[in-house]
Amino acid sequence: MSIVLTAIVVLLVLSLIFGAVLGYAAVRFRVEGDPIVDQINALLPQTQCGQCGHPGCRPYAEAIANGEPINRCPPGGESTIQALADLLDVEPLPLDGEHGEAKPPMVAYIREDECIGCTKCIQACPVDAILGAAKQMHTVIIDECTGCDLCVEPCPVDCIDMLPLPVTTQNWGWIAPPPPTLVADQRGVS
Amino acid sequence: MMTEFILILLGTILVNNFVLVQFLGLCPFMGVSGKLETAMGMSMATTFVLTLASILSYLTYQYILVPFELEFLRTISFILVIAVVVQFTEMVVHKTSPLLYRVLGIFLPLITTNCAVLGVALLITNRSEQTFLSAATYGFGAALGFSLVLVLFAGLRERIAIADVPVPFRGAAIGMITAGLMSLAFMGFTGLIRL
Repeated sequence: MSIVLTAIVVLLVLSLIFGAVLGYAAVRFRVEGDPIVDQINALLPQTQCGQCGHPGCRPYAEAIANGEPINRCPPGGESTIQALADLLDVEPLPLDGEHGEAKPPMVAYIREDECIGCTKCIQACPVDAILGAAKQMHTVIIDECTGCDLCVEPCPVDCIDMLPLPVTTQNWGWIAPPPPTLVADQRGVS
Repeated sequence: MMTEFILILLGTILVNNFVLVQFLGLCPFMGVSGKLETAMGMSMATTFVLTLASILSYLTYQYILVPFELEFLRTISFILVIAVVVQFTEMVVHKTSPLLYRVLGIFLPLITTNCAVLGVALLITNRSEQTFLSAATYGFGAALGFSLVLVLFAGLRERIAIADVPVPFRGAAIGMITAGLMSLAFMGFTGLIRL
């Protein structure tokens, strides 16, 4: 009888000690939020364009962390999908056409003669890149514009054009060649 | 003194390798060996767990179970120790490397059921004239052996993934064959030293 009692007491004490250790560790190593979301968010282009179906880049990063496909960001294009695939250790997918095509970097341009100063495009702009006031002509701050297209739709006089960003020595980038495809059957052929 | 530890290390890493000679811990061996980086992360986590778990179970056995004559409780108390160490490791990995935490996924808590961990803890108490240091060395050696084999196997599987494998053997089948061949190779160490 006494051996049973000892066994129960010893196991109980052991469990209590380990429970206390784990409880302390849970407080000491508490994780605030989900750090993976920050890493995903850093890879997204931050155009806040909403083409992925989410209100901005951060909500899409949270959705990716919860298992949404990584191929819904047209402004990011192939390079963003590749970077996300590397980060999350999943297969890269082709861009999902439903959410728009990949385009070269664009910038909005307001034909200022036609602008009636309705401020509708200012409200649509997610990054506050349009300058102007009611009944005054508006214009776009090119450095702030992310080329997201969201101001084109609300304009009542269709005076906003999306122009490709002029290539200058500041923003020119080397165009990466497509990654080599390694096929087992090709070994030793070339 | 020093040679004893070297002998224990060699014995657990090569001669009595827990995966390829004693066939313990095959689940993570097949499950997490798809990519080299993941395998390295898993190796580190398992090394940490195995070493800590073998030290703690040795202490539990020697200073709690033996004085109270409760040796029959060793399996349940070792499982308790291992579960706690794994839970602790999971918290640390989640805090320090969220990416590794995500990649390892279910295999991290599954270290609890890795039979190599319980196997090492039980084998340590079975061996006679065990000291604290030799128990720690034994656990560490077993973990090194597991890591070595897991990383080697992951490297092989990365090469196999782009190789021209006949259709019926693709996937898990060629993995099993490779593991068998590696096991045969490790059998070659038998008799190198006697433990």
